[in-house]
Amino acid sequence: MRTMIRLAVAAGAAAVFAASTGAALGESTADEIAKYREALQDGNPAELWEARGEEMWKAPRGPNKVSFERCDLGLGPGVVKGAYAQLPRYFPDAKRVMDLETRLVWCMVRQQGMSEADALKNTFGDGSAKRSDLEALAAYVASQSQGIRMHVALDEPHVHDMYRLGEKMFYYRGGTHDFSCATCHGDDGKRIRLQDLPNLTKVEGARKAYTTWPAYRVSQGEVRTFQWRLNDCFRQQRFPELAFGSDASIALTAYLAGRANGAEYAGPAIKR
Amino acid sequence: MADPMKIRANLVGDSTEVKVLMSHEMETGQRKDAQGKTIPAWFIQKVKVTHNDKVVLAAQWGPAVSKNPFVSFKFKGGAKGDKVKITWVDNHDDSRTDEATIA
Amino acid sequence: MNTNRRHALKTGSALSLLTLVAAAGWLKPGEAAAADAWNKSAFETHSLDETMKALGGSSPVPSNDIVFFSTPDIAENGAVVPVGITSKVPQTESIAILIEKNPNMLAAVFDIPPGTDPSLTTRIKMAQTSNVYALVKANGKYYVTSKEIKVTLGGCGG
Repeated sequence: MRTMIRLAVAAGAAAVFAASTGAALGESTADEIAKYREALQDGNPAELWEARGEEMWKAPRGPNKVSFERCDLGLGPGVVKGAYAQLPRYFPDAKRVMDLETRLVWCMVRQQGMSEADALKNTFGDGSAKRSDLEALAAYVASQSQGIRMHVALDEPHVHDMYRLGEKMFYYRGGTHDFSCATCHGDDGKRIRLQDLPNLTKVEGARKAYTTWPAYRVSQGEVRTFQWRLNDCFRQQRFPELAFGSDASIALTAYLAGRANGAEYAGPAIKR
Repeated sequence: MADPMKIRANLVGDSTEVKVLMSHEMETGQRKDAQGKTIPAWFIQKVKVTHNDKVVLAAQWGPAVSKNPFVSFKFKGGAKGDKVKITWVDNHDDSRTDEATIA
Repeated sequence: MNTNRRHALKTGSALSLLTLVAAAGWLKPGEAAAADAWNKSAFETHSLDETMKALGGSSPVPSNDIVFFSTPDIAENGAVVPVGITSKVPQTESIAILIEKNPNMLAAVFDIPPGTDPSLTTRIKMAQTSNVYALVKANGKYYVTSKEIKVTLGGCGG
């Protein structure tokens, strides 16, 4: 039986969620949409963010006028190639498991001398000319892992703990609608309107999903990161706001990134 | 000053294939902001592509061209090392010129 | 100078004429650019007929020599719809893209100087499911073909 729930989205538009059992898209529709997605791959606007991010990476910034070339993403100071494919990871200097964005913010605060408030001033661009530095930096760093196989160090004890926590969170039902991540992403053949929902409980689905973020999100007109994706999922589940760079966000990221281990990183991608 | 374009120009047989990604809002003038005010139109109106000072493509656009416009086309000729130059002008009379070397 | 040409020059739809003339070397590049006024009236039309009038052309003839390529039947997001057009009509001078159900029909006009392939791809915005017209000017005459592209609103993820 199908249950239709009318939801009011923050922006005021009505969204309809159909929890369907096996009612996937018709083959020809799915094919055409695949063609649409294929046709967008060339000339991905994310390249503009990557170029901006690369400039930012190399420029002296903050009160200390230090560039990110001193920032260690896990492979040594300034080493960007392959960095995204091994994040999140444990950083002893911060005593924390960090994903890309939390590590960038850490470098902005500890090395470049910015206040945390300044570093977090514009985490997500709003689609206008006012853009987020973090999104550009993430696009650049992620692009340098293209083609490299994901290898999050799941056997490192801190990362392992985060992974287990993320796994628990994935199946945890809550919020006004009693949703968990698994509600949408725990089965084959689910969709919301014409958007196929990847089954993240299967390795295939988990790999395809994680390796295509960050992505230029056409409907947002911005490059969006995994922090953004999780934040937006929480919003849609009517959960409290997922704080940027929180342990909760890193736990879920560690879980989903870890489940993509072995898959070639394919981003930054382009999505609807 | 507007953000630089990403231009790729590659020799394919006896032709040069040009792919350009421009950074521009391409605001239609139809959208309203959160306060209900119309966001003014802001979009590229003219585009010109030259190869060694010869115009190989010229275009006039309206705001229905997508944000962060992408165009790809081919012209006969061109040699490795030649320059392809692209200029756009928008309805604020802002303009941007970038060039790329044919690879 | 005949009155048609004078009229064309006055309304600014002489863009094509002057650009081609410049490309052929009869005008210095600066002169063409100076006369290159954006054809405002053409971008404010709501029907094919109105657009043709603004472009200074007669009714286009349907043609199978104009082909869409890399143009999906369904666009997940109407804000970015990839469109590719190839014209096999001899002496193609320009290719224009019109979207029937947009607030204003004309999206773009590309002038194709001699030596440039009459084939290009770009991305357009579509307000809703609509016919998209590929309008070709060749040897002074106009030709057209159309394709329906369905526009959807995706769900929430991806």
